[in-house]
Amino acid sequence: MTLALIITALVTVLAAATVMSLRNLVHCALAMAVAFSGVAALYLQLNAEFVGFAEILVYVGAIAILIVFAILLTRSGETPEKSVLTSGWLAGVAVSAMVFTLLGWAVLTSSALPKEIATAPAAPVKNIGDALMGKFVLPLEIVGLVLTAAMIGAVIIALKEDKKDNPGGQP
Amino acid sequence: MTPLQVCLLVSAFLFAIGFAGAVTRRHAILVLIGIELMLNAANLNFIAFWRYGAHPEALTGIIFVLFSMALAGAEAAVGLALVIAIYRHKETSNLDEVKELKG
Repeated sequence: MTLALIITALVTVLAAATVMSLRNLVHCALAMAVAFSGVAALYLQLNAEFVGFAEILVYVGAIAILIVFAILLTRSGETPEKSVLTSGWLAGVAVSAMVFTLLGWAVLTSSALPKEIATAPAAPVKNIGDALMGKFVLPLEIVGLVLTAAMIGAVIIALKEDKKDNPGGQP
Repeated sequence: MTPLQVCLLVSAFLFAIGFAGAVTRRHAILVLIGIELMLNAANLNFIAFWRYGAHPEALTGIIFVLFSMALAGAEAAVGLALVIAIYRHKETSNLDEVKELKG
């Protein structure tokens, strides 16, 4: 267990805790970008370089920007004066604390986890590309279809509502 | 603690904090951020078990994470479009005030 791994894990955990404790949504989105960068750094240390860079591209690059745009479009960038928690927040916190306790206990005491540290596997991009274009080509095409459908659906949902007297308009 | 256990603990914490945010915060966008954190926790588990488990040469963990990222991107786009549509319709993104589907 290296020092770098512990530092990355701590940064990720602290950033994730910050996301859910800040009141201002823009600050939450920025902390979320830090948390995703921490996860990407963890991937890099786990020898999954391609996934690490994909994480930076997709999450830090695209989803964080998308979320900041949504925050600004819904005019919720200011710090709210009222409470930011729902009415039943205590039960939610209790359940999530129980989930973490149970998972942590299972991870720390399980005998099913491998004891000896495996040698670092290599995952060159060439092999990933071969797998995607060979064995997993059908799932890849289906994911492309799902992405296309989701993008078209998102555009249609977010379109401006038409007036009622417009025949054949979107509802 | 082995490195695998560190990764699994980080992943468990990410899942718990994402879940807590999704059920306790009022703002719809924060709920989406919580869901993204939970998806990342699952992805971290896949990569950790791929790295320290048996048969890493099969690349199944990496491929699964790549597909899961694509689906998370689709989910985020549709979710944020829904938030914007609800805001345009009801002038709020506070989940306590959005109680009915009927416009």
